[in-house]
Amino acid sequence: MSSSSNTNLKELVLNGIVKENTIFKLALSLCPSIAVTNSLKNGIYMGLAVLFVQVMVNLTISLMRNIIHPKVRLPIFMLVISGWVTVTQLLMAAFVPDVYAKVGLYIALIVAFASILARAEMFASKNSFLPSMADGLGMGIGFLFALTTISFFRELLGKGSLTVPTGLATQHVFTFINTKPLLIMILPAGGFLAVGILMALFNWINARQAAKAASH
Amino acid sequence: MSSEFTKLFELIVSASLINNFVFTRFLGLCIFFGVSKKMETAVGMSITFTAVMMISAACSWVVYNLVMVPLEITFLEIIVFIGIIAGLVQLSDTIMRKVSPGLYYKLGIYLALISTNCIILAVPLINAGEKYSFIQSLAFGLGSGLGFALALIIMASIREKLELAEVPAPFKGLPMAFVVTGLIALAFTGFSGLITL
Repeated sequence: MSSSSNTNLKELVLNGIVKENTIFKLALSLCPSIAVTNSLKNGIYMGLAVLFVQVMVNLTISLMRNIIHPKVRLPIFMLVISGWVTVTQLLMAAFVPDVYAKVGLYIALIVAFASILARAEMFASKNSFLPSMADGLGMGIGFLFALTTISFFRELLGKGSLTVPTGLATQHVFTFINTKPLLIMILPAGGFLAVGILMALFNWINARQAAKAASH
Repeated sequence: MSSEFTKLFELIVSASLINNFVFTRFLGLCIFFGVSKKMETAVGMSITFTAVMMISAACSWVVYNLVMVPLEITFLEIIVFIGIIAGLVQLSDTIMRKVSPGLYYKLGIYLALISTNCIILAVPLINAGEKYSFIQSLAFGLGSGLGFALALIIMASIREKLELAEVPAPFKGLPMAFVVTGLIALAFTGFSGLITL
């Protein structure tokens, strides 16, 4: 019994990372995926913030699901989400002020993420807290993965270096290319191009896997 | 007086062209990619957005500066603004249904989408952050709305043509839309430095 529930939890986590990846598959919550991904560090912190909010929201909603009246559930979900976003915002302002100065607006806008509200409505309000947490974890990690990938390529190509956070306030800058890098990649336009190309890559890999499965 | 007017004009131009919400601030992308397939829906969406943006900018300015600042509860801005916008959308939904059913039939679905949209929430947040005056907030709302409308209409007209083009299979649909947006954004970077505020 416990082993089957364990595999279920694992599947729930994997579902959010691969099958229903928020950015590459569902194309939801795109705004921050481009706005903050011009450096790896900002991308990672933004992803962590979303991961935290998603897990906490799912947890809160699933614990409260029996006392929330179905007619007023959406306003209550919004309240829970904005509460946790405010917590995240204050925490980031206190511990990583330099990142917060750049991505602060987008942290506040996590409130308007369709993906977080959708998970609260479709999953957490119907399931107990352990699966809800797994679901939130999967969705959040999927988001973190997408942001990390996008920002990795953008910073590497646009600046020729990578900024890796090694602690709360410390970081390490690796420089790979000393000649003039592709400036366009860190400009707004490069963000759109990078996401478009990565999405196409995801589609291509999926199509190939499907073709392989069909031929077997 | 005239310099005040020039400043407002500059604010509108900068919000709509230089700091265009879609192309340089990357907000409202879900809606941007969702409704830009057809010209008609794009126009309807732009009108609704601009109106709601201005009204919500006005309402949240009043609440922020007259209630929240004196009470020193500005850290609650996200919760309060979301509440204002959701209430406002519900209100305009009801009024529109009663007063003009024809318009409601055309624009009603967009209204429902608006309350969870980042672009609408961003306007009051930026207004509060930049400490704009009441008139400036309105101008910023108008400029942002116009900029969003411009972006949507450009995109819709391109995508209508794109339907007929032959796109490589993995790029079909959204990936191609992203690449196109990247190219438009590249053109919009030409506006940077037009006005320094």
